[in-house]
Amino acid sequence: MITASHLTKSFGRLKALDDFSVSMARGQSVLLIGPNGSGKTTFIKCLLGLVIPEKGELTLDGGSLLEKPDLRRMIGYMPQIGRFPDHLKVGQIIEMMRGIRRGSHERTDEDLIEAFEIGKLAHKPARTLSGGMRQKLSACLAFLFDPDIFILDEPTAGLDPVAAEILKEKVRAVRERNKLVLLTSHILSDLDDITSDVMHLIEGRLQFYRPIAGLMEEHGETKLSRVVARIMRESATPKTPC
Amino acid sequence: MLRIVKYVVQDIVRSRIVIAYTAFLLAAAIGLFNLGGDISKGLIGLLSLVLFVVPLVSLIFGTIHFYNSYEFIELLAAQPLKRRTILLAEFLGVSIALGAAFLLGIGVPVALFAANNTGFTLIATGLGLTLVFIALAFLGAVITRDKARGIGMAMLLWFYFAILHGGLMLFVMFYFGDYPLEKATVGMIALNPIDLGRVIVLLQMDVSALMGYTGAMMKDLLGTALGITCGAGVMALWAAAPLAISLWRFQRKDL
Repeated sequence: MITASHLTKSFGRLKALDDFSVSMARGQSVLLIGPNGSGKTTFIKCLLGLVIPEKGELTLDGGSLLEKPDLRRMIGYMPQIGRFPDHLKVGQIIEMMRGIRRGSHERTDEDLIEAFEIGKLAHKPARTLSGGMRQKLSACLAFLFDPDIFILDEPTAGLDPVAAEILKEKVRAVRERNKLVLLTSHILSDLDDITSDVMHLIEGRLQFYRPIAGLMEEHGETKLSRVVARIMRESATPKTPC
Repeated sequence: MLRIVKYVVQDIVRSRIVIAYTAFLLAAAIGLFNLGGDISKGLIGLLSLVLFVVPLVSLIFGTIHFYNSYEFIELLAAQPLKRRTILLAEFLGVSIALGAAFLLGIGVPVALFAANNTGFTLIATGLGLTLVFIALAFLGAVITRDKARGIGMAMLLWFYFAILHGGLMLFVMFYFGDYPLEKATVGMIALNPIDLGRVIVLLQMDVSALMGYTGAMMKDLLGTALGITCGAGVMALWAAAPLAISLWRFQRKDL
């Protein structure tokens, strides 16, 4: 569904993505991991058209994401830090997004708006929202237009346990409907049960990209966090790459 | 695009800065008109105020608004929207909001106390300067990633146009006074939208004789309908060029 081939992007001397190639299909739920500055965010931003790669191609169902901004109608994005115009009310922000996306989707999905009780906040100006409430609003906007691809950057950070559970339940539900979910997170224990594959980046290169079941088996662990910690530790100690 | 403009305007008109700006302009305008009793004196005072405050507020507010909307612009850019649509919508939104503030603060008192040719030229000039300096603010903010540096640049720009440029002109005229500088002076004025605005309004006032020989020359060159059109054209260019460059840069910008 999404194919990246030979993506390269550098910021000054730092290579954020270095000849990065990968492909993802419907029904997958891919967890992007890697140390800070490994290129996770850059990759996500390339997908969203926020960062323009120097080299490489990025296609969505065969169409070039870099050339056709309209393809982004298939993507729902939840940013790491949601910030909205200070004086707009929550209701107005949702209304505006509906206006922007008008005609680009077949149905809307208001489950999260109901589950998070966003209706109660409709008259609050965005500047009065707490971090967690902004996260909830971001999540609602990402899921609202029932896209085919979900890009969730640190989705559970800042959410209370109840809200995090609601969001995870939602991710599980869309995956069952054969959609693609791409996640990043630092709180790994949170996400084992909604992840199907793990993609590990280091210095802009793909270290590995494998189904989670195989990984756990190989490392003899049952918790994703332990497996990841182990892999990160191993990759941090200098040794010849195998 | 208009849909986004609508919400950008709704956001900005509720901000305290814009409300304070409107109130300040309104109070100053009413005060100046009631001070001397003479309408044209009031207009001259108002002209100095407008040339000083409007560029400053437009530059600083435009810059701060852009940086504060950064995450939101990012979210919009991740939607199926063209980059140029997003930037144009932001530009129009800020322009409409600050333009409305100016119309309410200066336009209404002028229409009440000094509804003449000069008064309306002053209003048009103020609106023109609003657009020019918002465009310059956006250009600075698109080019510079760092907020502090961007605001610093906005202040430098204001300092240059409001103060330094006049000093440089004086310097040139002083040292090269022996040469025929009249046409060069007109050219130099065109390089500064604030001076350009001042000249356009003053030429409507029949006080250009006070500006001496150069003033008379300018009256000759710019006082005609053609001159005013040219002045307005140069002012439009001052808004369009920075906007065009920022649109071009924004399309290639890594957010």
